[in-house]
Amino acid sequence: MVQREYKHKMVIEKVNNMHSCWYKALFFSLSFISIVSQASDGKLIGTAGLNQIEGSGGGGIVPWATLAGYDSREQISVNAFTTQVDIDDYRLNVLGVSASFYDRVELSVAQHRFDLKTLGGDIKQNVYGIKYRIYGDVVYSVWPQLSVGIQHKELDDGSIARAVGAANNNSGTDIYLAATKVHLGAIAGFNAVWSLTARATKANQLGLLGFGGVNNDSYQIMAEASAGVLFSRHLAIGVEYRQKPDNLGLGEEDWFDVFVTYIPSKNLSFTLAWAELGSIAGVKDQSGLYLSLNGQLW
Amino acid sequence: MKNMILILMSCFLLNACATQNASTYQQLGGQPKVEEIVDDFITEIEFDPIMFEFFKDSDIDRFREKLIEHLCLLTGGPCQYTGDSMEQVHGGMNITESTFNHGVDLFINAMTKADIPHPIQNKILAVMIHTRDQMIYH
Repeated sequence: MVQREYKHKMVIEKVNNMHSCWYKALFFSLSFISIVSQASDGKLIGTAGLNQIEGSGGGGIVPWATLAGYDSREQISVNAFTTQVDIDDYRLNVLGVSASFYDRVELSVAQHRFDLKTLGGDIKQNVYGIKYRIYGDVVYSVWPQLSVGIQHKELDDGSIARAVGAANNNSGTDIYLAATKVHLGAIAGFNAVWSLTARATKANQLGLLGFGGVNNDSYQIMAEASAGVLFSRHLAIGVEYRQKPDNLGLGEEDWFDVFVTYIPSKNLSFTLAWAELGSIAGVKDQSGLYLSLNGQLW
Repeated sequence: MKNMILILMSCFLLNACATQNASTYQQLGGQPKVEEIVDDFITEIEFDPIMFEFFKDSDIDRFREKLIEHLCLLTGGPCQYTGDSMEQVHGGMNITESTFNHGVDLFINAMTKADIPHPIQNKILAVMIHTRDQMIYH
């Protein structure tokens, strides 16, 4: 028994090492890219969006069709972000990086640490994302920009997911299709942005509570949406919605948030939001502040 | 909270807050402002190494005259555009997407210098961007 636990620990350590190796490789290749390609500033300020909670280019909780960063068809951009969502009984800490290539492909890595404030302990997972722009330009094309993406989630330690009855407590993969459009001067002369996303997922609370459960263990399509207004080139205000499955039968609820983003330059943005995340692991009415700092490194 | 979001979203979708009366040309301040924007844009170009490359052999007086006509026409003003087509003007220049977008940034700077309010700037951009496909990668 002891030996088995030891073996289990070894496996976890190995996986952790693999992750840190992955990070190093990514950082290394990103810094290399920085040398060989030109800096990215090729989009209208405020139209590049943020890195959403799972690391993909998007709003706060919803991935958009836009790629994180200001790269145009000749450019590469690299972004780093940190986000904290501090709700009543939990706190989610996110660190991540993403790279966008020629406004076509985006790669992202995000690390989640979900603190169980009242129970103690935490849950960690990594999210690896890739997004491909299928069609359009969020500002300039007649039809909305369209992208398809994948978010692969790997839990560090599945013991809590197992305890709450997840069918899979290791990893899961979400696939999404997103449509996003900026309308110049659409609302009393202010630029407006909307985004709609359909996500096929089995994840419970982003995957932090595993994948699938007693209620349901198959992929379901969830609807997600964002809408916002750019009140200047530096200030955006909007709302978001994310539909959630209730695979575990613990009453998982849809997510909402209202956000304000300040964009002092193409290299920096700050987001403050009020997030209502409903019932989490049976603890009702979880809401609180969402803070995010987003920087374009290249 | 949910209701508030629904109200905001439906307001957004119905575009209920929008007002559409006078032409953008009138709202921005007519001919004097059109000329001011174009003059400021030319100054922006002169001081920008990337953009200046494209203009160094151009007849700036002609560019000024034709851009004023074009901007006036696109914003709904009483003008005729007598210049060449966008394809003819930009053919062979191989303007990339990043150069075009950089030009838009300079044009925004020019509008800001000419004290064009943010909402009017957006309305001008909204009609100007239709020329994009005729300008890039030719």
